[in-house]
Amino acid sequence: MLVNQFLLLAALLFCIGVYGVIARKNAVLVLMSIELILNAVNLNFIAFALRNGNADGHTFALYIIAIAAAEVGVGLGLVLLIFRNRRTISLDDLSEMKG
Amino acid sequence: MVAQNIGFTIIAAMMIIGALRVVTTSNVVHAALWLVVVLAGAAAQYILLAAEFVAVTQVLVYIGAVMVLFLFGTMLTRSRIGRDSGLNNSYAKLGIPVAVVLFAAMALALSESFGTEKLPSDGSIVTTQQISDQIFGPYLLPFWALSFVLLAAVIGAIVLARKD
Repeated sequence: MLVNQFLLLAALLFCIGVYGVIARKNAVLVLMSIELILNAVNLNFIAFALRNGNADGHTFALYIIAIAAAEVGVGLGLVLLIFRNRRTISLDDLSEMKG
Repeated sequence: MVAQNIGFTIIAAMMIIGALRVVTTSNVVHAALWLVVVLAGAAAQYILLAAEFVAVTQVLVYIGAVMVLFLFGTMLTRSRIGRDSGLNNSYAKLGIPVAVVLFAAMALALSESFGTEKLPSDGSIVTTQQISDQIFGPYLLPFWALSFVLLAAVIGAIVLARKD
């Protein structure tokens, strides 16, 4: 197995996730796209851990999984709050911060 | 080696199709279910890369917990169950050139720097014991920080979502 096949797969997943973040309007779907990006990063960490023959990549992958779980929890809490106040989770309607 | 490459190709194709469906489908619940395909594929790739503990954690945390959170989020925000045409921005097409250029740049850089370098086939297997030695040894401080982040996230989610 080549190193590059895993890295290219991760890069492709990352780019699909970036497209999702740009293109989606529904906040839950944007969070899902962020999960795609985080998974691509994890795949890179594990591939490099095997290439370099140490456990550092595994450790960081586990940390990223934990951070992702926390991020989804807080993110969905925010989305719920926005939905309760605004009756919508369309990100285009949240435009108070424009100058 | 050939069997591993065939396995990689099948799983990778599955993951790419799943990821594309996540960002293009017009149904929030379907997007969540396609995301399960991608996450399970990632777990399979971890096993292919000899990282069993991370693969099991991926299945437990992502497919188990995060996915349930997403489905609850879909349910509680009363997203339309079924087709919904209002999921994309008006400038969604802008994302395609951005993603393509980004991938071209990364693919160029990766093939320049790694070329046809092979993964070591007889590399030492990383055991769960080694991972725990790392977590409770040199990486103890990030582990503490992470514990506080998780605690803050739990409390924050309760505070945010509580009815008052």
